[in-house]
Amino acid sequence: MTTQAQTGQGVDRPDIRTKLYWAINDNLVLIGRYLQHLTRSPDQLFTALMLPATLLLLFRFMFGGAIDVGNTAYVNYLVPGILVISVTMVAVSTSVAVQSDMQEGVVDRYRTIAMADSAVIIGHVVAAVVRAAISLVAMVGLGIAVGFRPAGSALDWVLVAGTLLLFALALAWVAATLGLVARSADGASGLGLILMFSPYASSAFVQPESLPDGLRGFVEHQPVTLVVDTVRALLLGLPVGNTGWYAVLWWVAILGVAAPVATRLYHRRYA
Amino acid sequence: MEHEYAIQVHELRKNYGRVEVLKGVDLAVRRGTLLALLGPNGSGKTTVVKTLSTLTRPSRGSVVVNGHDVTRRRDGVRSSIGVVSQFVALDWLHSGRENLVLLGRLQKLSKTSAARRAAQLLERFELTEAADRPVKTYSGGMKRRLDLAASLIVIPPVLLLDEPTTGLDPRSRAVLWEAIRQLLGEGITILLTTQYLEEADRLADQIAVLDEGRIIARGTADQLKQGVGRERVAVVLSGPEDFRRAGDLLVGPGLTRDPETRTISVAIDGPSRVKQLLDLLAEHSLAIDSLSLTKPTLDDVFFALTQRASDPPDPDPMPARREPNDELGATR
Repeated sequence: MTTQAQTGQGVDRPDIRTKLYWAINDNLVLIGRYLQHLTRSPDQLFTALMLPATLLLLFRFMFGGAIDVGNTAYVNYLVPGILVISVTMVAVSTSVAVQSDMQEGVVDRYRTIAMADSAVIIGHVVAAVVRAAISLVAMVGLGIAVGFRPAGSALDWVLVAGTLLLFALALAWVAATLGLVARSADGASGLGLILMFSPYASSAFVQPESLPDGLRGFVEHQPVTLVVDTVRALLLGLPVGNTGWYAVLWWVAILGVAAPVATRLYHRRYA
Repeated sequence: MEHEYAIQVHELRKNYGRVEVLKGVDLAVRRGTLLALLGPNGSGKTTVVKTLSTLTRPSRGSVVVNGHDVTRRRDGVRSSIGVVSQFVALDWLHSGRENLVLLGRLQKLSKTSAARRAAQLLERFELTEAADRPVKTYSGGMKRRLDLAASLIVIPPVLLLDEPTTGLDPRSRAVLWEAIRQLLGEGITILLTTQYLEEADRLADQIAVLDEGRIIARGTADQLKQGVGRERVAVVLSGPEDFRRAGDLLVGPGLTRDPETRTISVAIDGPSRVKQLLDLLAEHSLAIDSLSLTKPTLDDVFFALTQRASDPPDPDPMPARREPNDELGATR
């Protein structure tokens, strides 16, 4: 009576492949889904580009003249900071994306399909890293247009890209965690705001040496500053020293905590 | 793994914190049949569906779908079911076709067979024309149909439908009903929740009435309706005083009074009773504004059931049964 229904008529059912194969398949399918969203509502990406672009122009032409950063042009000091801010914007938007996805019921459907559970969050995070890459290219372009003159070698650029994408990846996982914790879109963006401000209290715009003692201690040692300093040193052809290693260590550690936490939260969300 | 029952729920309890939403639910759905889980908002219908579809874990009791236990064999359950939840579960930015292809790919279809299957389903649910528009531009009925299509990409042995027609216009509802009947014809087992007695009536082989987390009655639609009459007559009295006096005067199975609209509704077994009723009202010089014949609604069934439950001396025509597969008709 039910053989027809059980074999799934008119459909060639899956051949035998490994679990890993299907997990990768599921991840790629959902990464594709979130990347398509980029083209479906381009205004989202546009918004994400607007803020760092505005900051870049504002600091380059209005405030920059009043900020002393030693013996380089302020625009050269500024652009690496803007790159970090643009990555932060994009990565943090993952919290709202994850939260609203959970609300919309599509994820409920995914959860009733025998597929790799991890694909939903991984899809969001990878899409965020891709958006971050797009944003970086746009900001470097805009920076050069307003006078940014980098001195780094090709290898330096590769290291810059690697550092910033690691930063994007780890931060997107943190944001995804917040999105899973939040009970509403407002809650998610509120929690995300904390992350959003982290580069402002870093060496993105000003030299920490110019700050009062208490704040200076925080700014000098917080992990976003390490990223900004690493990127800046590489782009301006200055010695990176241990800062690069510390930056990588910090963000690998953050990734190592946030990714399993987010995955666990996703599993437990409906129990 | 052939079992006589595609869905077996035994003593299912679910609590969220201290709130007990399901207080011991027993259900059994025979293969190839449709069970309608009928109940008002908040009775626990959605929680039953969520448990069956592995979205939430039972606090107690056992739930077996297509031979797989929902806590121990989640993937087994997931490959056996299609789910249409109460809220449309689709990607609004994607087109209907993209939604179906994506879900096909997640269910291990190749790109080409996912595309072929999507085209078939779009055609079957009359969505071909809108196939490449984003879902956010669809009407409510179209979204529902696409939602149902989305749960049928790999035809599941068991289909769970949580209030699939709530909020739909009559035409979309009819289209959906027809689709559900076809699926039953294909041998699928269906559990459907609804607030509408009419819907259960038209589609279900068996109905279980859920109230405050308990099954308070089960049987066929005919058995349930015997308690409230196949037809009902409703009279609207001319004034509050007439309403009060008529309320004292009239008795009958499943009688309901609504002071707000001055309406008294009672079950009748034939047209002759209408005349009797009118004669009785005339005899006591009670004036009425209108009279109408109606089909029993969930409200009527519900009222009859809960009233009887609190009134033990009355012979109980629809006792709630503990045995999941007990056929009510035998006792009548």
